[in-house]
Amino acid sequence: MSNLLYGLLSLGAFALLAGLILAIAQKLFRIEGDPMADKIDALLPQTQCGQCGFPGCKPYATAVAGGEADVNHCVPGGEKTMLQIADLMGVEPKALEEEAAAPRIAFVREDECIGCTLCIKACPVDAIVGAPKQYHTVIVDHCTGCELCIEPCPVDCIDMLTKPELIEHWSWPLPDTKRSQLAHQRRGQHAGHA
Amino acid sequence: MPAMLRTLAQRLGLMSDTFPGGIHPEEHKLSAGLPIEMNALAPIHILPMKQHIGEACSPLVSVGDRVLRGQKIAKAEGYLSVPVHAPTSGTVVKIEEHAIAHPSGMGMPSIFIESDGDDAADASLQPLTDWINCDPTMLRERARVCGLAGLGGAVFPTFIKLVKDQRYPIDTVILNGIECEPFLTNDHALMQAHADEIVVGLAMLRHMVGATAALIAIEENKPEAIAALQQAVADAAMDQVQVVVLPVRYPQGSEKQLIYSLTGKEVPAGKLPMHVGVLCQNVGTTKALHDAILLGRPLTERIVTVSGDALPTPANLCVRLGTPMRSLLERQGLKSMEGVELIHGGPMMGERLRHPDIPVVKSTNGILALSHGFMSAAHSVEQPCIRCGHCSEACPVSLVPNLLADQCRADQFDKAESYNLFDCIECGCCSYVCPSNIPLVHYFRYGKGQLALQRREQAFAEASRQRSESRMARIEREKAEKAARRSRVRKAHAPAASDAKTADAKVAADTKPATGTDSKEHS
Amino acid sequence: MIDFALILLSAVLVNNYVLTKFLGICPFLGTSAKVETAVGMSFAVMFVMTLASTASWLVQQYVLIPLDLLYLQTIFFILIIASLVQFIEMMIHKTSPVLYQGLGIFLPLITTNCAVLGVAILNVQQDQSFLSSALYGLGAAMGFALVLILFAGLRERIEHAPAPAAFKGSALALITAGMMSLAFMGFSGLVKV
Repeated sequence: MSNLLYGLLSLGAFALLAGLILAIAQKLFRIEGDPMADKIDALLPQTQCGQCGFPGCKPYATAVAGGEADVNHCVPGGEKTMLQIADLMGVEPKALEEEAAAPRIAFVREDECIGCTLCIKACPVDAIVGAPKQYHTVIVDHCTGCELCIEPCPVDCIDMLTKPELIEHWSWPLPDTKRSQLAHQRRGQHAGHA
Repeated sequence: MPAMLRTLAQRLGLMSDTFPGGIHPEEHKLSAGLPIEMNALAPIHILPMKQHIGEACSPLVSVGDRVLRGQKIAKAEGYLSVPVHAPTSGTVVKIEEHAIAHPSGMGMPSIFIESDGDDAADASLQPLTDWINCDPTMLRERARVCGLAGLGGAVFPTFIKLVKDQRYPIDTVILNGIECEPFLTNDHALMQAHADEIVVGLAMLRHMVGATAALIAIEENKPEAIAALQQAVADAAMDQVQVVVLPVRYPQGSEKQLIYSLTGKEVPAGKLPMHVGVLCQNVGTTKALHDAILLGRPLTERIVTVSGDALPTPANLCVRLGTPMRSLLERQGLKSMEGVELIHGGPMMGERLRHPDIPVVKSTNGILALSHGFMSAAHSVEQPCIRCGHCSEACPVSLVPNLLADQCRADQFDKAESYNLFDCIECGCCSYVCPSNIPLVHYFRYGKGQLALQRREQAFAEASRQRSESRMARIEREKAEKAARRSRVRKAHAPAASDAKTADAKVAADTKPATGTDSKEHS
Repeated sequence: MIDFALILLSAVLVNNYVLTKFLGICPFLGTSAKVETAVGMSFAVMFVMTLASTASWLVQQYVLIPLDLLYLQTIFFILIIASLVQFIEMMIHKTSPVLYQGLGIFLPLITTNCAVLGVAILNVQQDQSFLSSALYGLGAAMGFALVLILFAGLRERIEHAPAPAAFKGSALALITAGMMSLAFMGFSGLVKV
């Protein structure tokens, strides 16, 4: 009988001790904010286009960190970003729903611009300069290609043009393992400059 | 490691006194010993706006302008840039995009000059015969204005290296006359013919950077050049100048490897030779410096080796910049381009050209016409890596090429970077020795390109995020201001007849003049 | 002094918990895909194993034996282990959320790791002094960490190797683990324990 009592008492006391230590530890290791959201936000392209269904990149990152959103919603980020987020969250990669288009830059046809400033207000990164009754124009280096300026324009004078490929930004492609095929391909591709 | 300990270790055979790895490809110096031939002026010269590392130049001339040889036709943009000069006198016929010697096959804006045959020179730059008493800053500016860039092939703007930085004083100047690439003999011919000018250029370099010691490094397969330079050094009676003969090994001529072989100093990763107190210049650049300072001549021509096993008569030609390569190949007897592979530069590190209608630029040290059979490796299929380790043994930077290639192929770029992908000098030793014919250097180039792209995208995304956040902050601020204004105005217009006077007074007291033209204010 | 060194050597190499005793295979295979995850996991397991085996020894000597409660051994030990795992989980969540995310379910699964309970029980079975037992626990933990990190390094290298499709992934991983185990058999007989 006393053995049983000793057993119960000692086990109970030990459990109480463990619980006390853990309670203190919980207070000590309290986490403020959501560091995961910041890490996911750092992977996103910051286009702020809203194609993911959230009003901006940070809200999407917060949703993914909280487990409320899937990892495959970012369209401008494409497959690369999806894989990076999946890797960070430790989940299986999921196929994207729509294909990311080639990067494009907005262009205002200034002759038709009426100076209404609606596109300026719509741009999430302030990439359009202009003032009321003055021409508006897009700063090419700042435009993220989110296309949020197209709709508000009352005279439909904004075009989305493909981003020009600069020779300074050209990089070698992955080598084809059939090297001879690559050489023949390149020769055929080339129609002769000059 | 202190120099004494290193020397002791080397004498005991514990430490190598030269860089690790390296290969011994067939030299194929078909044009060795041939004297420099002057190439006739081409009818049209095509000058691309970027012939150096850095920012592209912008044209200063317009179509129809008459230009003289040596006249500046494009101005440098930014710090890392040098101007472009007209190679001969003539008229500007067009300014448009033209193909250049670039692996992408893309073109660059170029100025087309039609030669008038007179070859009249622009005499605006004075020869600085008294350069020894000139301020080094002035000489450095002369180097920049004359468009000098590294003629060994790297075309780094020369004036940037010629700086006297107090934090990193330079004690040794090294002249790179190694020329380790197979086929190329332009430096060899230059050293034979212009040894005296090179030595004067060396004295100029020493004066500009305040160095005391000087070394001229030449590979032992150029005995005539060695003799010529030794004679020139003796004739000039210069002190502390040594002509060092190094054994033939590729890539001995690579800057960091050469510095290690000569001085035992290892340039740390990501750093420059300047940080170990060394200045390294190609002999061609040195001669161009001599011409720029002593003769007042900008860079308008260079020596080019036209060679290859498919070329009937190899030669070393003195070519004006902008000369179409087709004319040089035809001059040396190449009738048809059928079954011929064209290389710009050397076979190890040069670029493959799609067609010969490309102009000679500052980086053109050689044009090779190679037969299909000679380039057999490029046409064989890549096979799986057998982990033989030859690539690692051959690497002069002590990297592990097969591991890096695996990582680049699998898109694990961050891992590749941590395994020192960016220390790779793309010399091609690993690809050369690989028994499975894996194009290792191409994988590294792919990896480096993707990493550069990633960094650019990250920088753009970061800037976009900041712009977006400051826009949000601005909108919040405007909203708050509007709300504050609204509440103030609402309070001011609150219906209380007895308090009208006090309300008026209140409005007059705290309404800012900017917010409205309230007539009550001025009562 | 020599005895202590021998105990450590034995626990780390000769009687390695993963490759010789085949305990703790679950996290060994589960977290060894990346070296960073493996390092984090091995530190967590080292922390838990060492403290658990020491605390278990103390409980055995001063609570179970005097009060004749040896039948409560398993419950006590599991209680110790579970509390320690909870503690380390909170610590990792605070210090490195990325590691916490990377380890996933394997972090709380340390509780059910047979190697941890195994160390505790085998330790008390040997009935040595406090210091020897503590060293034995530490040695076992170090052995686990060593093998886990080595295996992670190997897996990273062979992940993208051109292996036949049927062998890629876990098949090649298990074969590699088997070869590592064979290699560690070379240590047998090194220390007579």
